[in-house]
Amino acid sequence: MLAIWKREVQAYFYQPIAYILIGIFFAISSIYFTFGTIASQAAELNNLLSSIIFILTFVCPILTMRILTEDRKNGTEVLLVTSPVDVYQIVLGKFLASLTVFLVMFASTFIYLAIIYILGGKPEIPMLIGGYIGFLLVGASYIAIGVFASSLTENQIVAAIISFAILLVINIIDPIASFVGGFTAKVLDMFSLLSRYKDLNSGILDLTSVVYYLSFTAVFLFLTTRVIDKRRWSQG
Amino acid sequence: MIEIQNLTKHYGEIKAIEDVSFTVNKGEILGFLGPNGAGKTTTMNIITGYMPSTSGTVTVDGYDIMDNPGEVKKRIGYLPELPPLYLDMTVSDFLNFCAQLKDVDKKVWKSQKNDIMELVKITHVQHRLIRNLSKGYRQRVGLAQALVGAPEVLILDEPTVGLDPKQIIEIRKLIKALGKNHTIILSSHILPEVSAVCERVVIINKGRIVAVDTPENLSKNLADFTKFKMTIAGPEKKVKELIQQVYGVKYLEVQNTGKNDEFGYIIEAYKDIDVRKPIFHKLAQAGYPILELRSLGLSLEEIFLQLTTEEKEVN
Repeated sequence: MLAIWKREVQAYFYQPIAYILIGIFFAISSIYFTFGTIASQAAELNNLLSSIIFILTFVCPILTMRILTEDRKNGTEVLLVTSPVDVYQIVLGKFLASLTVFLVMFASTFIYLAIIYILGGKPEIPMLIGGYIGFLLVGASYIAIGVFASSLTENQIVAAIISFAILLVINIIDPIASFVGGFTAKVLDMFSLLSRYKDLNSGILDLTSVVYYLSFTAVFLFLTTRVIDKRRWSQG
Repeated sequence: MIEIQNLTKHYGEIKAIEDVSFTVNKGEILGFLGPNGAGKTTTMNIITGYMPSTSGTVTVDGYDIMDNPGEVKKRIGYLPELPPLYLDMTVSDFLNFCAQLKDVDKKVWKSQKNDIMELVKITHVQHRLIRNLSKGYRQRVGLAQALVGAPEVLILDEPTVGLDPKQIIEIRKLIKALGKNHTIILSSHILPEVSAVCERVVIINKGRIVAVDTPENLSKNLADFTKFKMTIAGPEKKVKELIQQVYGVKYLEVQNTGKNDEFGYIIEAYKDIDVRKPIFHKLAQAGYPILELRSLGLSLEEIFLQLTTEEKEVN
């Protein structure tokens, strides 16, 4: 698992993809920081975080689109599966590699925090922790969706489109749920990643939300292993 | 070492392989021969645990692939038809990755890595990206990958496909050398390859095994006639007539040698009759000297065609 993680992280940084994604993320979040946080002289980052979380809807599909598709395309899936590692280790290694790049991207926001402190601002620590944990958990869930999507096809673009579509639906699920109401709303709410994020970002460190995100991530990773296994059973 | 029993794999309605059984002994090079689409890759994918079978069992060194996949996978090095390579890595990095993946002890790996690279002759390209290597070198890196962790069993799926003749000869030599301390299954649809490298051959056609034997035995048992090649000086028509008069000659074919008064003759005779002596006497009497006499066994190619076309007739 460690070997797969290491290889994938290296692969991200051998190619321009990680740099481009981190660059885009940093550029857009800097715009928000300059014109939102600095201009309004706010000594906090939670508004910024909740504003820039939409970028993940675009970044995560691109980040994960080649993570499993590539192995099917160039035949390395055979190498991984016929090695003495379990399928879940393969999926977990790949997921953690994408998450690592995400963490590097995410760490770029610490610069804003430093600037706030330098300018004499004193953000509220619990709010900050809640916001960061929430952002991280949402990112992990998005990446799990992306990994799942990339197990469905051997075409990177198709994988990106699938995960992008899923994430778009998740983005608009709250308005849909409140529109339909009733039992359907309850079901839809199970997929509402962002409503729980709002709680965390306002400093409410609710354990059930944390568990929710972790299980959401785990379920999608589990589904990914099932997809890989099923394909092995059904075709060659 | 490897025991395969009643292996069957269906893809929906399509039967890829049906009731395939054979065993591979320790230290043996087994040729797995069949036309394209016969089920070679499917069988190999099942043995290596890439794909489960519909029914039947595979055991390697006593371990069942379904019950104990980890133990089996540890013992097998697999080179699929398309070598599984990460093109964005250097050869050295890639092999290190494989060693980690196969959980090879770090100290062991240090010396093993150099041995493997020496063996398949890729030491001088170890710092190059696999992307920039030629097909022949990629194949060798693929082979090196299979050797990582010193598995007892090597499974090689069409290892010489797409290589130039010089590379093919080198890879074959390499496989023969590896056969000294590995058990090898080698698949191919090229017959001379199998007869050059393998001690025993399994011929598969349309998902079923049609023959298992040594290349020599196959050629001996299947032939119901003996075959010679003769080169004789003398006019073609006369010589042909003389040979055909000999009792036991079943079939005669004349080949041009490029010289006016010399011709090659391919002679098939019934199995129990030695036609060489009467032919010699007849020709000597007529004053046509025999310049060459050579016995031709049934080539693997002919056996193969015979077996696979017989199968066709049954269907």
